[in-house]
Amino acid sequence: MPMLVVAAAMFAYAPVMIAHADYESSMGLVSKILYFHAPSGMVMLLSAMVCGIASAIYLWRQDRRADRVAIAAAELTALFGLIVIVTGPLWARKAWGIWWDWEARLTMSFVGWLIALSYLFVRKYAGAGSEKMAAALAVFGSFNVPFIYVSVNVWRTLHPKTTVVPTLPPGMRGPFWYCALTLFLLYLLLLTARVHLERQRAALDDLYLAQGD
Amino acid sequence: MIRRSLMAISTFALTAVLTAASVLAFQPPAGQSEFVPARDLPPSESIPAAPLLVTAYAFIWVAAIFYLWTIWRRLNKVEADIRSLDQKTRSAR
Repeated sequence: MPMLVVAAAMFAYAPVMIAHADYESSMGLVSKILYFHAPSGMVMLLSAMVCGIASAIYLWRQDRRADRVAIAAAELTALFGLIVIVTGPLWARKAWGIWWDWEARLTMSFVGWLIALSYLFVRKYAGAGSEKMAAALAVFGSFNVPFIYVSVNVWRTLHPKTTVVPTLPPGMRGPFWYCALTLFLLYLLLLTARVHLERQRAALDDLYLAQGD
Repeated sequence: MIRRSLMAISTFALTAVLTAASVLAFQPPAGQSEFVPARDLPPSESIPAAPLLVTAYAFIWVAAIFYLWTIWRRLNKVEADIRSLDQKTRSAR
């Protein structure tokens, strides 16, 4: 509960921080999408890694707790991926003059998001044994994460390079890391709530099984 | 023989000159060698940033709140099922 209050308060105050942040000289007002777009991307990549690692633990040790974390992280990868994929084109329309370009960073992020969606579809519709199939998919999806991160440095892309965030000027750095922390807290909160839902579902399944005996 | 050669050369030269003239006349303008800065743009030229920014932030808020609501709704349903199953088990005893 205290985490919910802190995350909600920080989330509510974020627009004030963003309003007072500096503009980027060439992009102007629209550059303020940065403060939620880039941290959402960071959280998406983190979540894909959490999903992949938890899935690997589940495949290795058959630990149901790891499986619960994996499905929760997969849903959050899909959620934050959707935020990245919607806010990015809104920024690109003004900055680049186009909504989308099939360049390395955008395409690989889109593929990463599709892998998260595939995980969820497999879990929902593939029937018995789908947990292991989905877990293998999640491990594969986590391998994509480093490639998404370095894509802007390796290939020639429209997307800004990874050096932009560490070199942000003071007027932009504070609001950026504030928003990153806010979204990270929101992620932890949603992950905890989603894992709790899976735990309750497992308890319900146990009750049904106990009644059947 | 010389006359024929001169005729051929002059025909070739005339063709070359006419072709070159027409090619030069229809050349595309030279590529931009430098960008000239401008302080103001006509309103019709610029894409407004504010609607894009507001849409982006509104979407983030709606997506986060909607997802939280779906978790709350699913959790309520599962907990209601647990309660009803508990009651059935107790009444069966």
